[in-house]
Amino acid sequence: MRWPRRRHSVLPGFGLTLGFAVVYLSLVALIPMAALFLRSRGLGWGGFWETVTTPRVLAACRLSFGAALIAATINAVFGFVVAWTLTRYRFFGRRLVDALIDLPFALPTAVSGIALTTIYAPTGWLGRALEPLGIKAVFSPLGVVIALTFIGLPFVVRTLQPALEDLEVEVEEAAASLGARRRQTFRRVILPAVAPALLTGFALAFARALGEYGSVVFISGNLPGKTEIAPLLIVTQLEQYDYEGATAIAVLLLVVSFVMLLVINALQRWSGGRHARGA
Amino acid sequence: MGLRPSTAEPRWVRLLLVSVTLLFLGAFLVTPLVAVFVEAFRKGLGAYLASFADPAVLSAIRLTLLAAGIAVPVNLVFGLAAAWAVAKFEFPGKSLLTTLIDLPLAVSPVVSGLIYVLVFGLHGWLGPWLQAHDLQVIFAVPGIVLATVFVTVPFVARELIPLMQEQGTEDEESALTLGASGWQTFRRVTLPNVRWALLYGVILCNARAMGEFGAVSVVSGHIRGKTNTVPLQVEILYNEYNFVAAFAVASLLAMLALVTLAAKTLVEWRVAAAPASIFAAGEKP
Repeated sequence: MRWPRRRHSVLPGFGLTLGFAVVYLSLVALIPMAALFLRSRGLGWGGFWETVTTPRVLAACRLSFGAALIAATINAVFGFVVAWTLTRYRFFGRRLVDALIDLPFALPTAVSGIALTTIYAPTGWLGRALEPLGIKAVFSPLGVVIALTFIGLPFVVRTLQPALEDLEVEVEEAAASLGARRRQTFRRVILPAVAPALLTGFALAFARALGEYGSVVFISGNLPGKTEIAPLLIVTQLEQYDYEGATAIAVLLLVVSFVMLLVINALQRWSGGRHARGA
Repeated sequence: MGLRPSTAEPRWVRLLLVSVTLLFLGAFLVTPLVAVFVEAFRKGLGAYLASFADPAVLSAIRLTLLAAGIAVPVNLVFGLAAAWAVAKFEFPGKSLLTTLIDLPLAVSPVVSGLIYVLVFGLHGWLGPWLQAHDLQVIFAVPGIVLATVFVTVPFVARELIPLMQEQGTEDEESALTLGASGWQTFRRVTLPNVRWALLYGVILCNARAMGEFGAVSVVSGHIRGKTNTVPLQVEILYNEYNFVAAFAVASLLAMLALVTLAAKTLVEWRVAAAPASIFAAGEKP
């Protein structure tokens, strides 16, 4: 027999644990973040607007958003294929491949950065193949996309896997017995069912890619106005003691992060909140 | 050959999808990992080992161990406290709290470093006071520890909260009814119930603490032998075209990543095998 949840639990320690959690979170995260917003207020609206609309900042933001969008799209497509293959098919080495998916989470971004740069350099394993085609992967916007695709992949795969596992075969059988071809079943039955999870994974990969720093700075070459991403511009301005400029871009990135967090929360509620994984 | 089931794809589609998966993952995941070790051993084992004789590298390893050694226990305690409050009780603002716990994951690492510069830096809120008392946080070890703590806040809590919510409060209530104290209940009932998720959270927390680059880079100041962590040392060696040493040090971090992945896989198998509750073996809530 289950009682309706009581407001006052018999368990002890509520005040202590909640108090500690709130105080800790305030000291470590909330107060320093408040410092950022207060600092940016010193600029005023006009100053803020002026700072974030200089050609250099605009170019950096365009590159960050554009490359993050492209990378998240690549991940949505290939991440779907990977998640599908891993949940539906049995093949040699499947468990090893499955364990490897989290590599971009586990590998420090600086290591990913120098490794990707070495591979895609004109003398590298993959760069050598791209060079005769006239494709320049390192020190170009393409390099940024490559790095962001690498770090975003696990978000899509890990969000889709539980959703694909939860799909009931009976529904697909029903579709087939009603005369649907496999392709139709996929488009009309499977895809709509996993669409929320796919969108969540896409949003997670996009949000992560927007703020990514370590894996990008080595491969991008950091040419102002060409291959300079927004987080790098913050670092550059900080090194030149331009605190106001750095703060303005940081506020912009932080606001976008908040919005993405809200979007992702809404998407997760839509998909039932059960397919939300991704670190 | 029998008929293909109506819910399976044709054989050529399956072959194609498996090939695409393996090719894509091979190019994007396996190649970088292999490249780290190949580059590290390019000039032989001697050159590889010599990279670790550099005092700057040793000092970077010490600093990384120190930062992780502080950040992981602190966030372990926070994760347990936050999970207890969120999972076992109802209170207004609960979903706001869980969102805030995840916040450091959504923030760019660079911004995570910047906020501490704005509080503790020379031109920050506490900057003048710190300088008057001859204390340094930014471009010094405390700043690196703080930035590491910030970026690793969510890891333990977000592994524990969903599991503890799913487990409910019945086990704890039974223990209390049987006369256990609150602390005994937590230690003997709650902790064993969540031990694998806890271990997993700690592993992820540690991996991030040791591997963090962006946030630490902003507060470090890159003082050789003093404020460089292992990832920052990798960057310095790489930018000095000392590729063998850079990849040798990076191979340490890559091994840490592989150990993390192995531990994760192991823990997942244990979770799949272990009963969800110590009282109700095999019963799904």
